[in-house]
Amino acid sequence: MSKTPVPGGPMLRMESVRKTFGDSVVLRDVDLEVAPHTVTALIGASGSGKSTLLRCANLLEEIDDGAIWLDGEEITDPRADQDAVRRRIGVVFQAYNLFPHMTVLENITLAPRRVHGVSRAEAEEHARELLERLGLGAKADEYPDRLSGGQQQRAAIVRALAVRPKLLLLDEITAALDPELVGEVLNVVRDVKEDGMTMVLATHEMGFAREVADQVCFLDGGVILERGTAEQVFGDPQQERTRRFLKRIVAAGRL
Amino acid sequence: MKEESGEDTAEGDMPGEGGAYVPSLRRIERERHRRARARRSAAVAALSTLVTAVVLYLVVVDAPGWPRTKETFFDASFAREAFPKVLEGLWLNLRLFVVCGVVVLVLGTLIAVARTLRGPMYWPVRALATAYTDFFRGLPLIICLSIVVFGVPALQLQGVTNDPVLLGGTGLVLTYSAYVAEVVRAGIESVHPSQRAAARSLGLTTRQTLRHVVLPQAVRRQVPPLLNDMVSLQKDTSLVSIGGAVEAMRSADIIVGRSLNYTAYIVAALLFVALTIPMTRFTDWVTARTDRRRSQGGTA
Repeated sequence: MSKTPVPGGPMLRMESVRKTFGDSVVLRDVDLEVAPHTVTALIGASGSGKSTLLRCANLLEEIDDGAIWLDGEEITDPRADQDAVRRRIGVVFQAYNLFPHMTVLENITLAPRRVHGVSRAEAEEHARELLERLGLGAKADEYPDRLSGGQQQRAAIVRALAVRPKLLLLDEITAALDPELVGEVLNVVRDVKEDGMTMVLATHEMGFAREVADQVCFLDGGVILERGTAEQVFGDPQQERTRRFLKRIVAAGRL
Repeated sequence: MKEESGEDTAEGDMPGEGGAYVPSLRRIERERHRRARARRSAAVAALSTLVTAVVLYLVVVDAPGWPRTKETFFDASFAREAFPKVLEGLWLNLRLFVVCGVVVLVLGTLIAVARTLRGPMYWPVRALATAYTDFFRGLPLIICLSIVVFGVPALQLQGVTNDPVLLGGTGLVLTYSAYVAEVVRAGIESVHPSQRAAARSLGLTTRQTLRHVVLPQAVRRQVPPLLNDMVSLQKDTSLVSIGGAVEAMRSADIIVGRSLNYTAYIVAALLFVALTIPMTRFTDWVTARTDRRRSQGGTA
């Protein structure tokens, strides 16, 4: 197992990944490559396997078969150090999952200080800098329950970024937000993309996926049924089911 | 995980694997490695258990006073003699525990609820409940029992019992209700305010909110600390012996006094421990079952 990243290789690679829960097969034979500094959007109906795919990439779920590589290193090897893998992957959840007993600043500095051994002063400086950039400078010392949903989600993004991850996974991060708050969170994601972060995001925001994604994957029944650039998948879908899915999205006024 | 639209779930034109799933060599290798690792951990656990047991055995048996201790605390013939008598006494402990436990849980909950009542009208109720818990939590149980068991008969009130078991039980209830009230109150206050808001928004009254939304959630979190108090109560039923009630501890005492051999205490100790273990396991089982029903899978 080599730790040296392959130059020019993908940041995240999945090969024949299979995941079952009891009798139901949630992911079957999933292959995926995510190049460094690119954004991959996973689209598809609820239950198509988007979230499970992200949870597998972060080792929150143990896959049944196949393999996953992060930066050239196989992370699904049973000998791999799971904590070391997770240290390099940032995750933002649909329900924010901020720790309610800590201030925003404490939420953000927890992992840099406890896991990465950064000094308190340095961690706080970096956190405040990020908060400032995402327009949350004034909220550093507030507790999460006193923030709006959009602010909480932005704080959660800062928390994920504070450890300088190689890869950021975003799991339907706007699904719990009011429409007028969705924009502020998506703006943040645009900024993060500008900085060159590699991201995989599961989303129902088709307009956003179309705009920001370098690669779009349409999942259906646990299979990546169609993939390509945003233009290909949204503009000229090849599969009948992709067309049907997009038609429903358009009918719902989401594209 | 269910597909949203039924029409889309046909398997026919699925790319990738069309037929039955065959595990890859990679998976087989991985599982072999996991099994090997599990075997290794089991071997390590067995070895460390054995070493610990041997060390403990040697430390005890090598102690200079061991032969004498063995004679005065672990004598099989005295154990056989003490067992039926202590067991008979334990039956009283058990009955006392069940009755006191039920009364304590009810009374404790009522006091806790009284302390959480809002509004100026309830001020005296709140104040009384607070004073009660402050007083009886601070009062050492042995003093409380002495006062009740010896003090009440001394008053020579008409129609009030002098039975040391009833009086001792009353003393236990007074103290333990205060403990339990605090556990229940902490549980009630740990339920997130948004739950109250949701219930009140549905039109439930304060009382209905407490009964149907707050208490059920609070009780679940209270189970471990409440069990702790119940186990403690079970043991403290032995303190009722100060008034002369012949329960397990007193039975053992009588035998020890007569024979000058302490084995009866060990018998009583083991019986008390044996009594609490099933209760602990039962509570663990109930908690685990509820957890399973609430959450589906997910590791880490």
